[in-house]
Amino acid sequence: MTVSVVQFGGSNCDRDAVRALRHLGIDAERRWHEDGLPADPDGIVLPGGFSYGDYLRAGAMAARAPIMAEVREAAEAGVPVLGVCNGAQIGSESGLTPGAFTTNASARFQCEPVHLRVERADTPWTAAYDVGDVIEVPIAHGEGRFEIEADAHEELVADDRVLFRYCDEAGNVTDEANPNGSTDNVAGVLGERETVAVLMPHPERATLPDVATSTDGAGVLEAFS
Amino acid sequence: MTEFTATVTVRLKRGVLDPEAETTKRALERLGFELSALRSADRFELDLEAADAEEAETRADEMAERLLANPTIHDYDVAVAER
Repeated sequence: MTVSVVQFGGSNCDRDAVRALRHLGIDAERRWHEDGLPADPDGIVLPGGFSYGDYLRAGAMAARAPIMAEVREAAEAGVPVLGVCNGAQIGSESGLTPGAFTTNASARFQCEPVHLRVERADTPWTAAYDVGDVIEVPIAHGEGRFEIEADAHEELVADDRVLFRYCDEAGNVTDEANPNGSTDNVAGVLGERETVAVLMPHPERATLPDVATSTDGAGVLEAFS
Repeated sequence: MTEFTATVTVRLKRGVLDPEAETTKRALERLGFELSALRSADRFELDLEAADAEEAETRADEMAERLLANPTIHDYDVAVAER
């Protein structure tokens, strides 16, 4: 298993993702987007950053890069794909997952630890947790507010595809615990397959000991092990 | 072929929060202006050659669908004028 961490111009969490994965004993390498994916990719991470300077909309340009056709094809074939932060924006812009991530309700860039409630524990991304577990993972984004049309959101909830919701330390999903005004406190969602997920918070920044206040994010990356 | 300018205006759908517009409105009020609402939009002017206005509009429409707008949060309109 070698995870391909796709690097676009302006990605800046690609090294962190590789380092966090390797720390968990998972082989990972950065893959420049123009070089395409390896022939049989084992796993794909769309990392955080500011691809193409967030021009037009965060993730809009990278989502239309040729490598994303390969990523979509791999996702449809069951290859695990994880989008984090800018990678989540790229994932939703490319149609891998429903909804959109847009300007925080605060209109500010927010860089802070948040709490997430685990809403599904039967996916590869959350097998390390139980439903209702509260994990601490940092966010760092200006455009992380999850927006989705009302009927599409109903469908998303009915299909049980919300993976994480912003919550307080005790696990209560409240407006106060919603850092960016996301619809229904949604922090992460699944694609059509459970092997595809995007989330705004950074699990790779809560994996290595001694660099963050928690290592709670490791469980998400363990999906690749 | 005729030269056209297709103007694509992309705006947030009604009901979608626009924190940048809210911030801009507050800044105008701080300057002493009175206004009840402010909406912002992105405007793209596309110069292109097409057989007729209809073709120019179709192509601009495709560009909006594929990239310029995100259908989850945006509405858009296209206006074509001969250049």
